[in-house]
Amino acid sequence: MTQKNRRPVFLDLTRIHLPVTAVLSITHRLSGLVLFLLIPLLVYLFDLSLSSQQGYDRVVVVFDHWAARLALVILLWGFFHHLLAGIRCLLIDIDIAVKRESSRITAWCVIAGGIAVLFAAAMWLL
Amino acid sequence: MNRRSHGLRAWIIQRLSAIYMAAYLVYFVIHVLMNPPQSYHDWHGWLSGPVVSIGTALFFIALLVHAWVGVRDVIMDYVKPLALRFSLLSLLGLILLACGLWVLRILIQVSQ
Repeated sequence: MTQKNRRPVFLDLTRIHLPVTAVLSITHRLSGLVLFLLIPLLVYLFDLSLSSQQGYDRVVVVFDHWAARLALVILLWGFFHHLLAGIRCLLIDIDIAVKRESSRITAWCVIAGGIAVLFAAAMWLL
Repeated sequence: MNRRSHGLRAWIIQRLSAIYMAAYLVYFVIHVLMNPPQSYHDWHGWLSGPVVSIGTALFFIALLVHAWVGVRDVIMDYVKPLALRFSLLSLLGLILLACGLWVLRILIQVSQ
C-alpha cells in the first residue's frame, strides 16, 4: 500500500462545503436538463396554438390557470438561471472573471439574478 | 475530424447555438411586447411570414443541437455502463429528432 492510498476519505455530504462556483456548475446542468425535458411540451403547445382558433384558445385558457402560471414562474427562474450561467461561461471564454475571487462574485451574481427574475415573474404572473 | 477537434466542435456548436437562441428570444420578446398578438389570426399570420418562419426553424434547430450537446455531456459524465449509456444517447437522439421533425411539420403547415 502506498501512502497515497491510505489518505482519509471524507464524504460527509452534510459537512462538505462546495464552493459557489461548483454549485453553479451543477445547477447549470440541472436547469438545462429540466429545460430539455420540457422541449416536447413546448413543441406541443406551439403546435396547439397554431393548429386552429380552438387550439389557440385552449393554450390561452391553460395559462389563465394558477397552476400553469406557478409552473411558468418556476420555469422562468430555471431558464434565466441557465441563461445567466451560460453568459458567465461565455465571459470566462473571453478571459473575463477567470480568477477565483472574481469568478465567485459572478457566480453569486448569476444566483441573485435568477432569484430576482423569480420574484419579478411571481409578481407579474401570480 | 480527429478526436481533439471533435471536442472543440461541440464546444463551438454549444456557444453559437446559445448566442443564436438568445438573439432570437430578444427579438421574440420585443415583438410580443411591442405588438402583443391579440388573436389567433395575428399569431398565425406573424409565424407564416418567411423571415419569422425561417428564423423560428433555426431557433428550434439551435435548441435541439444545444440540448443534444448538453445532455450528451451529462450522460457521458454520469452514466458509465456502456449499454445503458448507448441506450440513453439513442433515446436522446430519437426524442430530439422527433421534436425537430414535429416543428418542421408545424412550420410548413403554418406557411401554407
